[in-house]
Amino acid sequence: MSDAGAGDALEPTPESRPTKPKRAVIATVPSDSHMWNMVYIELVLRENGWDVNNLGACTPAELVVETCLAERPGMLVVSSVNGHGHIGGRKLIGQIRSQSELDYLPVVIGGKLGTLGANNSVFVEPLVSAGYSAVFMEAEGLEAFARFIETPRRAELVA
Amino acid sequence: MSSPALVSGFGQYVARQASAGRLVVQPRMGFSATERMREGLLAVKRAAGSTAGTITLDSFTRIGRHASAIRHLDEELTLNGYPIVAYGPDATRAMLEGVEDVDFPIQVRHGSADPREIFAAMLASGLYASEGGPISYCLPYSRTPLAEAVPAWRESAELLAEAQAAGGPVHMETFGGCLLGQLCPPSLLVAVSLLEGVFFQTHGLTNVSLSYAQQTSPAQDREAVAALRRLADEFLPGVDWHVVIYTYMGLFPSTLEGAQALLDESVRLASESGAERLIVKTALEAFRIPTIEENVEALERSADLALQVRRMSMADGLYFDMYESDSETYAEARGLIEAVLQLDTDIDAALLKAFERGILDIPFCLHPDNRNEARSVIAPDGRLQWLDTGQMPLPQPHHAADSLTADGLLTSLNYTASRYDNALDHGQAMPALAGQGQSPTMENT
Repeated sequence: MSDAGAGDALEPTPESRPTKPKRAVIATVPSDSHMWNMVYIELVLRENGWDVNNLGACTPAELVVETCLAERPGMLVVSSVNGHGHIGGRKLIGQIRSQSELDYLPVVIGGKLGTLGANNSVFVEPLVSAGYSAVFMEAEGLEAFARFIETPRRAELVA
Repeated sequence: MSSPALVSGFGQYVARQASAGRLVVQPRMGFSATERMREGLLAVKRAAGSTAGTITLDSFTRIGRHASAIRHLDEELTLNGYPIVAYGPDATRAMLEGVEDVDFPIQVRHGSADPREIFAAMLASGLYASEGGPISYCLPYSRTPLAEAVPAWRESAELLAEAQAAGGPVHMETFGGCLLGQLCPPSLLVAVSLLEGVFFQTHGLTNVSLSYAQQTSPAQDREAVAALRRLADEFLPGVDWHVVIYTYMGLFPSTLEGAQALLDESVRLASESGAERLIVKTALEAFRIPTIEENVEALERSADLALQVRRMSMADGLYFDMYESDSETYAEARGLIEAVLQLDTDIDAALLKAFERGILDIPFCLHPDNRNEARSVIAPDGRLQWLDTGQMPLPQPHHAADSLTADGLLTSLNYTASRYDNALDHGQAMPALAGQGQSPTMENT
């Protein structure tokens, strides 16, 4: 393991890193009971060489945080299509980012995140500000997501 | 010459219509405002054809958050269904005043993994028909552990059985013939629908319906309904049962013509397979929730088409009973049912063990209590087949889950919508029974 030797340190390493760089956790927001989007994203990730822990529909935020703390994956993917993703998604990223050990974690959200159709793009900026590394709207298709997962980054800091 | 007095009750009404050769058609419909709910029910009652009413509940009520439902009502916010627990029996009785009668029974549809409060509120309101099941409303739509859903459903069934013992015309429909709505091979849908019927029978209910949702192959669908009817004869002695078909529950065609053709095929399926009832969608399904008027139009069109199909079938005699009940679907479903019932003499324990051991495994279902090793694929002739049978005791095990691609899944999910949207682009008609008698899947029979 690349960070062998750091595991027994009493203090957290200043620069936290994933212990499983090619492992992704897939989750959705607690109010969303849709599954096919999550099944599809899992297949996309596996085809791109990722190992996947798919937490399933109506994911409790606590379960997402606990799983990420326990596994320290290379990426968290939040997929939501019920139109409430921008609400649950903001709560979830708040809980993730409140954990200093998960500060390294690239977290993306995508799908049908609001009920405004083409105007769902208004939710992008607030979600990025709240701590998402990237936001993928339904209309963009899969390309941007496919590019992102080649080298997931915690954040693109834009001046 | 005195005609016998009509017996009230959902199942009794459906049986009467069936013996008169009429398919009962029913919408999915739920409004949070009592006046609107009443208006919707009355419109369905007035519609031409043999109709049954539906009260679909909202999603707060579905997950037991009645306080949230009340708060939304207080703030005059719209819910996505009728909050029967929040309103309480007096308000519901007032809403229903003069609506339900012997020729217009009403069913409560809810989607809950734990319907105890819903059933109590329903019975207190004078309503006796509902639907669901310990498997079908737990694994696909909730995170409730199956070990909690099964006893909750047992208590729920016992509530209904008490009402039945007191003379109430109780009716219960399984949702097991739908599960995730698409990409489940029919043999598993038939098996779960039937097993939920056995669950209700075991807990004392004597009037049930068994659901089956239209899938991707008209021929396979007819075979499945024939299998379901034969299995109901074999496994549900002493129960008055009928079969209810759901119009396709997956991604709907995006053209009105395609959507209408798919809806019409579900009417043909129900009529030709001898099903007694159909839960109808509208051609607008891909775009928005239909209005009351659009629902009524779809019901009337479906009822009329059902009569036409029946007239043609009766006249030329070609279509009744042409689908052998001793089919691959029947053999697989029977094998699954027997394997589950052998796990334990107690049906509740048998269902739990079945999922623990993967004897039942719903393809693609991510619920923590589903083994999720099973996978399905749509064959070139449209039939749903097993790509991976997981641990299920099926006659021909396959283990090829790894061959499924993301693109392949998308194609499967879009298969029906695409086929109906582009039905006229092929230039020549596809043979309707492609695969019958020659398909490799039939060789073992």
